[in-house]
Amino acid sequence: MSHFQNKQKSIQLKEDIIKYLLISAAGISVLTTFGILFSILFEAIDFFSLKSFTYFLTGNEWSPGTANSKFGASAIFAGTFMITFIAIAIALPIGVFSAIYMSEYASDKVRSTVKPLLEILAGIPTVVYGFFAAITVAPFIVSVCDSLGVSASYNSALAAGVVMGIMIIPVISSLSDDVISAVPDSLRKGSLALGMTQAETIKDIVLPSAMPGIISATLLGISKALGETMIVVMAAGMNANKFSINPLEDMTTVTVQIVAALTGDFEFDSPDTLSAFALGLVLFVVTLTLNIVSVMLIKKFKEKYKMSSL
Amino acid sequence: MKKNDVKIDVKKLNLWYGSKQALQDLNIEIYENQITALIGPSGCGKSTFLRCLNRMNDLVSSAKIEGEVVIDSKNIYDKDVDEVSVRKRIGMVFQQPNPFPKSIYENVAYAPLKHGLVSKGKECDALVEKSLRSAGIWEEVKDILTQPGTSLSGGQQQRLCIARTIAVKPDVILMDEPTSALDPISTEKIEALMLELKKDYTIVTVTHNMQQAARIADMTAFFHLGDLVEYDETETIFLNPTKQKTEDYITGRFG
Amino acid sequence: MANFTPIKKKEKNIFYDPNLSKRHAKAKIFKGIAISALIMSLLFLFIFLSDMVNKGVGAFKQTYIQVEVTYNAKTLKDTRQLIERKYRTLISRAWLRDIPRLVKENPELMNTTQVVWALADDQVDMYMKNQYYKIRPKHKATLLELIENNRVEKHFNTIFFTKGDSKIAENSGILSAMIGTILTLLVTMAVAFPIGVATAVYLEEFADPNSKLSSFIEININNLAAIPSILFGLLGLAIFINLFGMPRSSALVGGLTLALMTLPIIIVSSRAALRSVPASIRQAGYGLGLTKIQVVRDHVLPLAFPGVMTGSIIGLAQAMGETAPLIIVGMIAFIPDSPTSILDAATVMPAQIFTWAGMPEVAYIERTAAGILVLLSVLISFNAFAVYLRKKFEVKW
Repeated sequence: MSHFQNKQKSIQLKEDIIKYLLISAAGISVLTTFGILFSILFEAIDFFSLKSFTYFLTGNEWSPGTANSKFGASAIFAGTFMITFIAIAIALPIGVFSAIYMSEYASDKVRSTVKPLLEILAGIPTVVYGFFAAITVAPFIVSVCDSLGVSASYNSALAAGVVMGIMIIPVISSLSDDVISAVPDSLRKGSLALGMTQAETIKDIVLPSAMPGIISATLLGISKALGETMIVVMAAGMNANKFSINPLEDMTTVTVQIVAALTGDFEFDSPDTLSAFALGLVLFVVTLTLNIVSVMLIKKFKEKYKMSSL
Repeated sequence: MKKNDVKIDVKKLNLWYGSKQALQDLNIEIYENQITALIGPSGCGKSTFLRCLNRMNDLVSSAKIEGEVVIDSKNIYDKDVDEVSVRKRIGMVFQQPNPFPKSIYENVAYAPLKHGLVSKGKECDALVEKSLRSAGIWEEVKDILTQPGTSLSGGQQQRLCIARTIAVKPDVILMDEPTSALDPISTEKIEALMLELKKDYTIVTVTHNMQQAARIADMTAFFHLGDLVEYDETETIFLNPTKQKTEDYITGRFG
Repeated sequence: MANFTPIKKKEKNIFYDPNLSKRHAKAKIFKGIAISALIMSLLFLFIFLSDMVNKGVGAFKQTYIQVEVTYNAKTLKDTRQLIERKYRTLISRAWLRDIPRLVKENPELMNTTQVVWALADDQVDMYMKNQYYKIRPKHKATLLELIENNRVEKHFNTIFFTKGDSKIAENSGILSAMIGTILTLLVTMAVAFPIGVATAVYLEEFADPNSKLSSFIEININNLAAIPSILFGLLGLAIFINLFGMPRSSALVGGLTLALMTLPIIIVSSRAALRSVPASIRQAGYGLGLTKIQVVRDHVLPLAFPGVMTGSIIGLAQAMGETAPLIIVGMIAFIPDSPTSILDAATVMPAQIFTWAGMPEVAYIERTAAGILVLLSVLISFNAFAVYLRKKFEVKW
């Protein structure tokens, strides 16, 4: 073979090697997703070989570390739901209406100043929010309630929920802003030309058009709230056996119990520790589902308005 | 041709976008129950002028307007006139059909209900049917009123937009190149519709298509670089224009 | 838009419509709600930041008391004897315990008596800062006397930046956590940067965008970005610690866990950077007979570099604030001494904040807030630097 052909072969070989290296790098993210799924699944299965799966989902006694330990997580799910509900009750209206103001009413100058400020809210580490919740918000709620003659726990669901809501506002407002801005201007013009006010146009024409995107943003917000750990570990309660609809009482969440199970004094393979993985599995499945639905909704919205970037 | 009453009397209209002047000292009288066509090369201000007639330029923050647009003895730019009310009396159909993402029925019923013209139920149903008939689309959609307005073809969507415009019972219908996005058959249908509609409404239409103006317009106004160059009966404009510029445009020397 | 003022004579105005005022009122309320929502969001931000500054700013100063210290063999053995009895509860025990080491390094102090500024006990510090304190009346009288004689002062709190965690509040600092953060982030970047950029290069330059393989990889990256951070901790625990046997609480394990979390950001921003390089650059390269690798390595990547850097810095900033996964892999141990390698037990700044937030002593509240201020300052500078880079190297094609 000529020198040239040899050189060509070695270049081709080098190219192939590098290409396969790149593919392996890309494979790592796939590996990680499946790694998380399988490592959690594996340990969770270990757990469910020792404790009942149905009782886990529906039972209401959670008592690790005892001789006849029971692992019924329904109170934990209830607490998670309550705190997430409070968070969304705050983040959704504030987030959507902030987005409405920024995309429909605000001048360019206001918009370009405010948008980065909201991004700051998104960038604050959650441990910092947790500190704020535990040291400032919770005592504040307690003292306000005291003056009203109502009793509130220092670990109230309200404190954790409110601060979590603040944290989620940018998630909802940012995506809602994008979808509302993407609604074609021709629709607005058509409505205004019929003699509608700007508010009527937004309420009856723009928002319904943007609805799939807003729902998607809400689902993302819910997903983030469910998976949030630091705020609840620092501000919410630990009682995994408590059912309550009173937001002033303490409640616990799935993430708090995961941390509790793994930072306790139990051996690794005991059901007490493995319960963390069972809870982790539930969290994984729920957040993944919310995410997939959210992405599908956005895709549908993008197709409808043929947007290229969102 | 017998001259009808003056419906819209425009006096000394000037418009600036920021520091750039887009309309210069316009004076024009638009006659009732006629089709007035606005023609001219791109960027000559005809669409801008059209938008002055229903105060849609108010939505552009950099727009400054001087002069008067008097309709039925009232200047619509007076301080005591609400632009929302102006747009109820002076409707607009756009170049790209823009039906709302609602059902066909709701597209037509939305504004009249909001304005309080009809109450929900039979009264509203009657208005929707009447409007869709007047727009020449009733037979095609009467069985699919609950389907979304966006599921119709381009020409049908435009007729739907015309239907919802007349549902609020305006006096004037402004049309901004209503057929330039449509195929020839839909265009024909809409031109026929416009000739029908002029019996009940005053129509002002911007068109890029001179043949269209020649076909349907009673009066034609030729705009050039923000000036109203010539305004006369259509026949005169096309066969016997007074100004050289008009003749140059008509004969295609520029465009 | 022209102003609308309600008219008195309706007959002359054909545009008068009584319904309208109701609709306009509703419109005003709607707009009012929208603007209040925005103001509320900004208010939260403002309240939050001012609360942190309020609580934390005090920690940057610390109380010192001027006393006589006697250095001799007896006092060095029983460090409480270094100062007069009546001052003993007011001075930090930790400071006293450190004296023998000080004398070893400065032998000329032996058998002398010096007047020095001694670190005050945290209760004294709290008293001086108008916080809740516990000092018995007898000792308080002594303290007040010292204050009157100008023997009590607040100095800049160097301990906060030069010492690690401590069970004694006045002696605690953020140094070990800072070193831990640096080591952990080094591991994170060393792993996430090459893998992330390589993945982006593969997806943008080599993969067929319509193939099932690349959609599959993309879906996985999107899912990875949405997985709650705590679950990465579970992965780290199960795989890195249990399966691979890496040392618990080490910067290595923490860094690897954070690296997996940071991958999606680096991949997405690197892809955007690569995509923004126009096709003409690549075509010019191919036209000259270069191979794909040469075109990408020598021409596309350098041009995409600013975007890649910006994305990495933002990813790094995000990793810096993560706590939950690191708690699961054990990085909340009590770490008084700074780690010296990535295998030593370590903690990171957000974890230190978490630990301090849980300490009962009041003195830790201001230190936690101060730690937060330090962390936020670092984060803001990183993000500001990333924005600066993006603006500076923004090439307009």
